[in-house]
Amino acid sequence: MRYLFTLAARSAWNRRLTLGMTLIAIALSVTLLLGVERIRHDAREGFAQSVSGTDLIVGARTSPVQLMLYAVFRIGEATNNIRWQTYQAVAGNPAVAWAIPLSLGDSHHGFAVLGTSPSYFDHFHYGQSQPLVFASGKRFEGLFDAVLGAEVAEHLGYRLGDKIVLSHGMGDVGLAEHADKPFVVTGILARTGTPVDRTVHVSLEAIQAIHLDWQGGAPIPGVSIPAQYVRKFDLSPKEITAMLVGLKSRAGVFKMQRYVNEYGAEPLLAVLPGVALSELWQVVGVAERTLLVVSTMVVAVGLCGLVAVILASLNERRRELAILRSVGARPSDVFLLLTTEGLVVTLLGALLGVVLLTVLTVFVGPIAQARYGLVIQPRFVSLDELQLLGAVVSVGLIASLMPGYRAYKLSLADGLTPRI
Amino acid sequence: MLNTPIIQIDNLLFRWSASHAPCLDLPHLEINAGERIFLHGPSGSGKSTLLGLLGGVLLPERGAIELLGTALTKIDSAARDRFRADHVGFLFQQFNLIPYLSVFDNVLLPCHFSMRRRARTTAGGKRLQDEAKRLLDHLDIEPALRDRPVTQLSVGQQQRVAAARALIGQPEIVIADEPTSSLDADRQKAFLDLLLKECGEVGTTLLFVSHDHRLASSFSREIALQSVNQAPLDAEAA
Repeated sequence: MRYLFTLAARSAWNRRLTLGMTLIAIALSVTLLLGVERIRHDAREGFAQSVSGTDLIVGARTSPVQLMLYAVFRIGEATNNIRWQTYQAVAGNPAVAWAIPLSLGDSHHGFAVLGTSPSYFDHFHYGQSQPLVFASGKRFEGLFDAVLGAEVAEHLGYRLGDKIVLSHGMGDVGLAEHADKPFVVTGILARTGTPVDRTVHVSLEAIQAIHLDWQGGAPIPGVSIPAQYVRKFDLSPKEITAMLVGLKSRAGVFKMQRYVNEYGAEPLLAVLPGVALSELWQVVGVAERTLLVVSTMVVAVGLCGLVAVILASLNERRRELAILRSVGARPSDVFLLLTTEGLVVTLLGALLGVVLLTVLTVFVGPIAQARYGLVIQPRFVSLDELQLLGAVVSVGLIASLMPGYRAYKLSLADGLTPRI
Repeated sequence: MLNTPIIQIDNLLFRWSASHAPCLDLPHLEINAGERIFLHGPSGSGKSTLLGLLGGVLLPERGAIELLGTALTKIDSAARDRFRADHVGFLFQQFNLIPYLSVFDNVLLPCHFSMRRRARTTAGGKRLQDEAKRLLDHLDIEPALRDRPVTQLSVGQQQRVAAARALIGQPEIVIADEPTSSLDADRQKAFLDLLLKECGEVGTTLLFVSHDHRLASSFSREIALQSVNQAPLDAEAA
């Protein structure tokens, strides 16, 4: 019995080139399958972690998903802003405990610049109601103070006291710069694993100040207001992009939502983050399922290849099987020999797939985080992934029964003298 | 043991399926222990079928096959496989060796499927390797050849390694199916002499199947299959 496995191993080693290629195909397909699953899982996790304790997100009327995407995840852009008076009216509603204004539109080396109020550092929470913590420095106090998210500071190598110049608009290259009004880094936040890490925080007044001599997205020709004079202007904000609202009582959330949605002075939209998120997953779910189906197909292709390779080898091995029969192997031994081969290749393929995935996460993880804010941590396989692996190996086993059964039938028919 | 039948076949009928004509119809065949039988038959005379029946991988439609007093038709297939492993060494026409095993592992293969042959090989405290070496020595496989992949051996060398495999653990019966047909005339004779000598040393009964009459003189008895088989000649069931 034990010798059968030795035989299976030696025989497989003898055909290591073809089996090796099949093994790599299975490994790659498993990497793809687990990778899709892991990105799906981590993206959901990341999105769900990004905002906590906020009861409503309020912005100009648009789709709930779009509002949440730009307000929380800095994905896409707002089509309309909301007026500052509106912010004040909503924030002043007796049901509202706190409100955070969000003003977006500028960037720094591809990282979003967020104009907000100091209340942001008091009330914004992420994950399981975790507050923002400073890794070093403090909040912005002066007009041209900036607080960096952890990823911004790390990626661009900034430290406290460094001067940074903001760019107008989003993107990485070819943007007009607010070069005349540099900011000083006064604080760096601890890592959160959320879009906050990729954000440069400044005061609303600073956003106002750097756009004093701008109009329609470009500097007004011939007009330049030096940084030292901007304080003489009225820097109170005129417009913001969106706001986060926390209520005194969660029970009042629908009433407040209705109040905002029916607000008379301008068309507004209030969404519950959880509702908007599940709406987002419904949209994304189609793509996720498609990806999952495609990667499942790829695994199936890999396993088909395995069965084909083993079946193809079978004809050349009829002599070998007859010899084994002649020295006493039973047809069931022959069955076991062939099935073991398929199963072991599947197992090794799955294992190699996990190793590949881990290596990939180590290398691709930081890129995904820097580019898309997607945190993919290298970690051991999760329970869900283990189930997927189990399914792959089970299907591999079932698939391997086929060459096993074929060999069994062949060895019964051939006996000791295969007719080749 | 001498002159008691080691193989006895009575009233045997075999056909591949009910719609086929019988391909073996043997009223009686008896082979005694220690005999060296030259079984002669042209293609289609049912040689391969007879080997399958004696090996216990085929079952007759009716009749009895007894090896060493064990009726193969009365035990189940697993027991027949074990019986074959324990008591019968096989030697085929060509491609007798497992390509991915070493010379030694090919010779020792039966010892992994038969506890009995393993025990006989290691009797008296011998190591498996030593007995394999001894057989290879006797069969003129020089030490230099033993570390080569078996696929690099000549056909004659491969056949001698296969003979060592058939003989290891001293099975009572060795069945050789045209083992010399892929060798040239000189080597046929040399190979046959070695095989007969080894079988003689341990008293193994040899059933040597061939269509080549010239070899018959080296054997103690010749059986012409077409004269004992009453089924009509069928080229299909060669």
